[in-house]
Amino acid sequence: MKKYIKVTATFDCDGNLLPEYIYWDDNKRYPVDKITDIRYAASLKAGGAGIRYTCRILGKERFLFLEENRWFVDTKADAK
Amino acid sequence: MDITSTVDKNKYKKDRVILHSDCNGFYASVECLYNPQLRNKPVAVSGDAENRHGIILAKNEIAKKYNIKTGEAIWQAMQKCPELVTVSPHFTLYKRFSAMAKRIYSEYTDRIENFGLDEAWLDLTGNIKGSGFDTAVEIKERIKRELGITVSIGVSFNKIFAKFGSDYKKPDAVTCITRDNYRDIVWNSPAGDLLYVGKATKKKLNRIGIYTIGDIANTSPDILRNHLGKWGDLIYGFANGFDSSPVSHMNEKSDIKSIGNSTTTPRDMKTFDDVKSVMYVLCDSVCRRMREQGFMAKTVGISARDRELNCFTRQSTLEEHTNLTKVITDNIFNLFKKSYNMQVPLRSVGVFVTDFAHDNIPHQINLLQNEERIIQNKNLDKTLDSLKKRFGNYIVRPAVLLKDNGLSAFNPKDEHTIHPMSYL
Repeated sequence: MKKYIKVTATFDCDGNLLPEYIYWDDNKRYPVDKITDIRYAASLKAGGAGIRYTCRILGKERFLFLEENRWFVDTKADAK
Repeated sequence: MDITSTVDKNKYKKDRVILHSDCNGFYASVECLYNPQLRNKPVAVSGDAENRHGIILAKNEIAKKYNIKTGEAIWQAMQKCPELVTVSPHFTLYKRFSAMAKRIYSEYTDRIENFGLDEAWLDLTGNIKGSGFDTAVEIKERIKRELGITVSIGVSFNKIFAKFGSDYKKPDAVTCITRDNYRDIVWNSPAGDLLYVGKATKKKLNRIGIYTIGDIANTSPDILRNHLGKWGDLIYGFANGFDSSPVSHMNEKSDIKSIGNSTTTPRDMKTFDDVKSVMYVLCDSVCRRMREQGFMAKTVGISARDRELNCFTRQSTLEEHTNLTKVITDNIFNLFKKSYNMQVPLRSVGVFVTDFAHDNIPHQINLLQNEERIIQNKNLDKTLDSLKKRFGNYIVRPAVLLKDNGLSAFNPKDEHTIHPMSYL
């Protein structure tokens, strides 16, 4: 399921946009520990396409998508 | 462009590597990507039935199995497939996906020519390391991965056969039409599969015993010319693979042959006043677009479709080139009045202008004309254009539209202009 989320991201000196923190429903902020891959990709699960960041968050690998000017993730159906 | 010169055997230089990429069921594929719950259902994207634009614009592979055709009415499609899910179009989204596909193409060549939102020719001659087929497979896989939709790609030595190849096998496929196999693949296909052989041409060809593309290729061009005029030479050249028309550069604007707008109105137009208010809006859009391109036209035309779906087209030539909204509108409305008596109400009308000259060519002043009035009208158009550009289409409107009867509240200039440009 597609879920748009709030993200804090920075532009580095080379103009790359890198997500630093994501904000979840529990109002907590989670740091993006590492970005292992950045590429254009579609998300068939969530339904969308954009730039896909493969991130390590809380020790788990997660895809974070930037679709135009909004960030989204694919969540389980029960998450709101 | 002289159309026959693009298919002249003697002017044909060398084989190129041309790809034609066609996004399969484009609108429907994008909708299915964004709505995963629709993916296992027959889905069609359709216009707004309430505004009487209720036709099928695109369908997914499942809907295709029910023989649903693009262009048919929603009710006809529902008869074929009662469980069909129809969704409204989202043109902004489709334009974004079209731009994303173009970004991928542009990594391979700068010679990209769009044919509508979902199709494009790519000329890879001299730009690729491997074969055309390998590059086509790579592009196809990248589009699937990065956009989440499928394309079918035709690879050949000219644009016409490349287009044929992309239609030959769908979806998610690559077809090569080579010097060795075009006689087997292309020539055995029905004549109607060739670009520019539509229903009317196909009927004429069938009447003289021509049924396949191979029949066209092996008929004398004199016979084809006798029956089809200059189009005979054109399709003869296409069928034989002599097409040498170039793939234009990605930033190059195609040669514009005509500019037109048409609309289906929310209710039938019953009186001349109804038609007049719609034509005012259409002419305003056409004239503004013409001035933006720096053109003046000498021929104006109308098209109309009545309640019983009978169509007609008329055109007339003006005394001199012009791009003044008032002159064009008056001429178009006079032409309409001469051509139709409003006995049967109309459901759609269109206007177009053609036969262009650049607006900076020297202009012969006519002693019998009120030049002062022409200059006034020119200044008026200039002012109105700049007002509309700055403040939007509805900032200033002709007084005739103030008694708006529910027919003129649309903006043909800025609403989607996404249809394929003419090939030639």
